[in-house]
Amino acid sequence: MSESLFSKKNRKLITDPLTDNNPVTVQVLGICSALAITVQVNQAIVMGLSVIFVTMMGNVVISMLRNLIPSRIRIIVQLVVVAALVIVVDQVLAAFLPDLSAKLSVFVGLIITNCIIMGRLEAFAMANKPWPSLLDGFGNGLGYAGLLVLVAVFRELFGSGTLLGFTIFGNSLPGEESGLYAMGYTNNNMMILPPMALIIVGVIIWVQRLRNKELQEDH
Amino acid sequence: MESTLDIFVKSIFSENMIFAYFLGMCSYLAVSKTVKTAVGLGAAVIFVLTVTVPVNYLLENYLLKAGALSWLGEEYADYDLSFLSFIMFIAVVASIVQLVEMLVEKFAPALYGALGIFLPLIAVNCSILGGALFMQERQYSTLLDATAFAFGSGIGWFIAIVAIAAIREKIRYSHIPAPLRGLGITFILTGLMGIAFMSFMGIKYGKEVKKEKAQTVQTSQLTTAKTQE
Repeated sequence: MSESLFSKKNRKLITDPLTDNNPVTVQVLGICSALAITVQVNQAIVMGLSVIFVTMMGNVVISMLRNLIPSRIRIIVQLVVVAALVIVVDQVLAAFLPDLSAKLSVFVGLIITNCIIMGRLEAFAMANKPWPSLLDGFGNGLGYAGLLVLVAVFRELFGSGTLLGFTIFGNSLPGEESGLYAMGYTNNNMMILPPMALIIVGVIIWVQRLRNKELQEDH
Repeated sequence: MESTLDIFVKSIFSENMIFAYFLGMCSYLAVSKTVKTAVGLGAAVIFVLTVTVPVNYLLENYLLKAGALSWLGEEYADYDLSFLSFIMFIAVVASIVQLVEMLVEKFAPALYGALGIFLPLIAVNCSILGGALFMQERQYSTLLDATAFAFGSGIGWFIAIVAIAAIREKIRYSHIPAPLRGLGITFILTGLMGIAFMSFMGIKYGKEVKKEKAQTVQTSQLTTAKTQE
């Protein structure tokens, strides 16, 4: 190999999607299955890890097959590869984390049609060697997982007063309040409702574009 | 059991694909700049959902579910192929979309002109696969129920995308802070619309209404009995 495995260009493949080219807030991909499972941080982490695995492996497989796939049927080939990987993820989750698997329900299956995966396969893996594709998949998966966890942190912290199931603001049970709850604080039940996920993402986009003027749109 | 009409109304309003589950958000955000294209994509989604979900329903009940193969004979009754459902569902969706595209192009060129460019997009629209997976999870008892669910979900998606497109056309004339323009404001608007749609969760469906009526009749009878005493 002419260039080192972690050359500057390759490192950029991982770091770019984390901020300036984030798949969710900038490329607008993969919101579909993302937001319904951000009520709790642990769900978001498991979902993020599953997506990282599928984008990485999908990118590698498609990149290795890229010269063999006729371009007319490439979408179907990509779908089949991704679906096979998602079945692996689903079976592993059902075997080792049955509770979480039940909570995620259809959203694991929906990773198949997650636009991030199809988008990266189409835009990157079809034109690049396996190793850069692996890094690209990892970076984009990580960018997606990072945003998911960020949204979940807000929703779980302010919606239920916990993080990863640990209480942060004290005991909220009526009659035996402690910590902030003793001072009259109450959880914002709005945060648990699905529409708040969208509004939080909207605010994150707002903050990001405030800092990076290049991303702003005209309308 | 819920009646077919209940399932239909529920899937349009209180279990709306966009506002309750965020399915199909990618194309929802990308194709909602004008009402005209939004109507095209929305119609295509209704159409494809109504065709694919019943097919997947038959597949699920006669091929994939645990014990679904028993119609082949006793020795097949133990087979459980449900781990294959993802790959089968997506294959069905992708091939039906291709088929529909070809048929529409051949027999209804005018419709193809209107829907044509959207059909390939739809194969990877989460709401189509989501429809199939929800159908599997909720285990509708008849083919008619599954079809009603699919048609209702399609209409719900259509309403959502046309509504957001209309709003986006209007807000072009408003003064939005620069960093919020485009994507940001669309997210926040969708969230607000979602909150509005949550009020539909209070709708009472057939059985609940009947139960309540029976209760009120009982209590009124009791009170009249008491007053008579």
